[in-house]
Amino acid sequence: MTKLRFSRKQLCIPYALFLILFVVFPMLMILFYAFTGEGADGGLTFTFANFADFFTSRAKLSTLLMSITIAIISTAICLIIAYPLAYILARSNLKRKNVLLMIFIMPMWINFVLRITALRELLDLVGLLGTENYLNTIIGMVYDFLPFMLLPLYTTLEKLDKSYLEAAADLGGNKFTVFTRVTFPLSMPGVISGITMVFMPSMTNYVVSDTLSNFNITILGKLIDEYFTTYDNWHMGSMISIILLVIIFLTLLATGGFKEDKSNARGANLW
Amino acid sequence: MAENKNDAMNSPSKAEKIIEIVGASKIFDDTVAVDNIDLYVRKGEFITFLGPSGCGKTTTLRMIAGFDIPTSGKILLGGKDITNLPPNKRPINTVFQRYALFPHYNIYDNVAFGLKLKKIPVTYVNAKGETYTKMQKLTRREIDEKVKNALAVVDLEGFEKRSVSTLSGGQQQRVAIARAIVNEPEILLLDEPLGALDLKMRKEMQIELKAMHKKLGITFIYVTHDQEEALTMSDTIVVMKDGQIQQIGTPTAIYNEPANAFVANFIGDSNLFNGTMVGKMSVRFCNRNFKCLDDFALHEKVDVVVRPEDIRMTDADKGMLKGEVISVVFKGVHYEITVKAGKTEVVVQSTESRNVGDVIGLDILPDGIHIMKKEFTVNRYDGYITKRNTVAFGDGEFECDVTQLYPGSLLDEEGYLVTADGEKLDLTDTDVTVEVGFTDIEISDDADAGGARGHIVSIIYKGDHYQVIVRTEENEEDFVLDTEDLWNENDFVSVKIPPEKIRLSLKQEAKQK
Amino acid sequence: MVKKILSVALCVAVLVFIYSPILLLVVYSFTDANVIGKWEGFSFKLYADLFQNREIMRILLNTVVLALVAAVLSTVIGTAGAIGIFYSKKKVAAPLKGISQIPIINAEIVTAISLALLFSFISLYRTYFSLIVGHMVLCTPFVVLSVMPKLKQMDPNVYEAALDLGASPSTALFKVVIPQIFSGIVSGFMLSITLSLDDYIVTAFTKPRTFDTISTYVYNAVKNGTNSSTPALRALSALIFIVMIAAVLAVNLRAGKKKEGAK
Repeated sequence: MTKLRFSRKQLCIPYALFLILFVVFPMLMILFYAFTGEGADGGLTFTFANFADFFTSRAKLSTLLMSITIAIISTAICLIIAYPLAYILARSNLKRKNVLLMIFIMPMWINFVLRITALRELLDLVGLLGTENYLNTIIGMVYDFLPFMLLPLYTTLEKLDKSYLEAAADLGGNKFTVFTRVTFPLSMPGVISGITMVFMPSMTNYVVSDTLSNFNITILGKLIDEYFTTYDNWHMGSMISIILLVIIFLTLLATGGFKEDKSNARGANLW
Repeated sequence: MAENKNDAMNSPSKAEKIIEIVGASKIFDDTVAVDNIDLYVRKGEFITFLGPSGCGKTTTLRMIAGFDIPTSGKILLGGKDITNLPPNKRPINTVFQRYALFPHYNIYDNVAFGLKLKKIPVTYVNAKGETYTKMQKLTRREIDEKVKNALAVVDLEGFEKRSVSTLSGGQQQRVAIARAIVNEPEILLLDEPLGALDLKMRKEMQIELKAMHKKLGITFIYVTHDQEEALTMSDTIVVMKDGQIQQIGTPTAIYNEPANAFVANFIGDSNLFNGTMVGKMSVRFCNRNFKCLDDFALHEKVDVVVRPEDIRMTDADKGMLKGEVISVVFKGVHYEITVKAGKTEVVVQSTESRNVGDVIGLDILPDGIHIMKKEFTVNRYDGYITKRNTVAFGDGEFECDVTQLYPGSLLDEEGYLVTADGEKLDLTDTDVTVEVGFTDIEISDDADAGGARGHIVSIIYKGDHYQVIVRTEENEEDFVLDTEDLWNENDFVSVKIPPEKIRLSLKQEAKQK
Repeated sequence: MVKKILSVALCVAVLVFIYSPILLLVVYSFTDANVIGKWEGFSFKLYADLFQNREIMRILLNTVVLALVAAVLSTVIGTAGAIGIFYSKKKVAAPLKGISQIPIINAEIVTAISLALLFSFISLYRTYFSLIVGHMVLCTPFVVLSVMPKLKQMDPNVYEAALDLGASPSTALFKVVIPQIFSGIVSGFMLSITLSLDDYIVTAFTKPRTFDTISTYVYNAVKNGTNSSTPALRALSALIFIVMIAAVLAVNLRAGKKKEGAK
């Protein structure tokens, strides 16, 4: 008898093939498209033209800058709202605080296009729609991604071992120093994971900006969409995607998000 | 050592071999878990694999069960090669260390698991009067019957409907045993089955397991690191260390005639001394000659084992040794008395007590002295000379005197070696054999103090000093050294060797400059 | 005391922010007005319109069937993948885990265009195949993420115990391993459903031109109409809000009760 035994390891073969075919290969195609263009004879030629074009085009650069600004502001607001909220929820003495948390993140399970459309109706009613495009977009981003920030913060704060806080108080820390020297540093993983989960979609989720700015604001994700659907220039679209990927990569590098486990991503552990 | 096994076995000594392991090794990535072992198990015996963690005992068991396939070598069951047979095709069942009960099944379904999968040949007679056999599953009633019997064997009648989580550790253990024996295996494997139980429960289960072994009449292969458990329960004990078999024998033989210092130290309490043979059946240790029953070559360095209960206390001037009592510990049945005789500490067990500070005599009779061949007396390595005329070996680099390779040679300013004949040699990369004595090695807490670094993997007390083995991480090179200081196992230390104590010899001529 | 008031105030403010758009839509789904803000009296007319609108009903069905198909396929591949990765050596497991992170971290638009490039390259762009694969790319890594911790919690010997008792590897897998990681598989499946129902961008780039889900339909309605949504859509939204909130509450309250019962 040989060693040809059914092995549990082999179960990952379909998944591995799936990932290679539908994740790795398509990403390589983006890379390929980004650095090629249509030559004079209609064939594909290798070129840096798309790259040069992006960084010399004022319009594209200002889109990039504006997207980053919107994302930074949205992420900051999410953090400012979600941190105290998560802290309150995590430290509350209620027996079923999980249910309380549930109420705050429940909208996550409702189709986000419908929620953003509902928000549009509300903004319309209060007279902001069509007048305050940037404000509306930021409100929309916060509205949509607040749960992505709240959830990891809550999880880290909830898991935080109370004995650390008691030890810090025991060693003479007042409430403020206990928070700044112990609680906050220990909750950093949640902060980082929240930031990485809000920042990137706020830069790219153009459904929010389209719906709430009456298609007047073009964020980076929308720009990619336009190069694919409107201008039919897939090479430029791919190049912008590569630039976006570099930004994502740098964010993760800067925040140490690579080390994060993604178990909190989009409420992965909630069902 | 492995081949001449269980000659002195007392119980089913004439029985046939049920399991044979022939030259089996198991290598995981780069670690050798089991290193070329040979072993057989007789039908119906209770055999125990005993050794510290990482000695390869569990891996050996897992190869018999079929969970691990040997990297090389064979496993025979009743003479048939089962090396690559999957576990579900082997008439062998296992009781796991943490039971591995199925948490989603109740007790009945756990025990019935194997029975429900089993198919047995049933013979029928058809209309024409011809007989034919069909593989058939057991009927519901047969399964009920067998489960009931198995639960009765482990004293858990009426527990069928209970869920696993409601049982205590001891009860779960019994279910695990019932689940294994209900399949009527030829061999029952038990992997540290009592490890998770408290002491009292463990003692009870030892007796029960032994009784169960008698009643069922099947072969038990047992794995433990608890020497007392092994001595109590086994017909045969296999002592293992570093993937190799150290000794195979009955509990009595292993206790009374340990094959080497490791076995002596691992099984029971013992005093280990460095001795030298000074005549026919005469050995010198603790600065005195003793008569003994073992014979070795004259002047041979040997390890001497004396069990604490084989030493008798006498009046100060009447004993063979004389010393001062430095500690007395009451151990329940006996006192453990440590006596400092000269430079050596001797541990004595006695039902009589003494006071600390008493000066007493000690007697050791010839049959209480067991002499073993010394495993090694010097460290030997393969090394090479570096550019800087140091020597690299044992995962480290050490200052040394390279001129000893060529008598009468010197080093010139450029670092070339000039031989007595005036030849200029470049020693870089010259392969050498390096020897270092046990007493020439020092260890230090400061990781940067020495030429090599490693963890202490073994400490054996030898009466007046400790024999320490430092193992490097990269290639697992061992430095064996004698020291009077007490270190802890797993300490990370660096190894220092004075340059003049490193003995070098050439493997081949150095290239000429 | 002040702290408590501030805490409650913050919670209430956030809840108002989160739920006011939803509440607004639900309230105005019970009146027959073209625009929100004008109450035309209580009426179920929008709901009646909704159920008679065959287009919307078909889209609803599309969305649900797509979510079910994608979730079932993702759960099967993802569960098998998680088991395979768990028992593989690090050399195999580490790159697979790494690649699994890509669709999770990546911007959806990048995933979407990468799939568009691939499927136009193999001439399957905008087919049902590309649509389902697109949704599976979104969901499968999350299934792996849900199943993996359950595998880690499992006693490593139970699978071996099953083999030891005579089970074939596949029997052992189905009778012993799967039941123990089942809760992880279920949450992976539920998560897949949610992700698929929620998706707009990948759907927009992979769907056949004539095919619509609720997301693409509503987005296009906003895009094309001056009016943000047809009144019947308001009823649909309200209905979905109510159903989802009820479902989520039911699942979580029951889970909460079970946990307490276990204590």
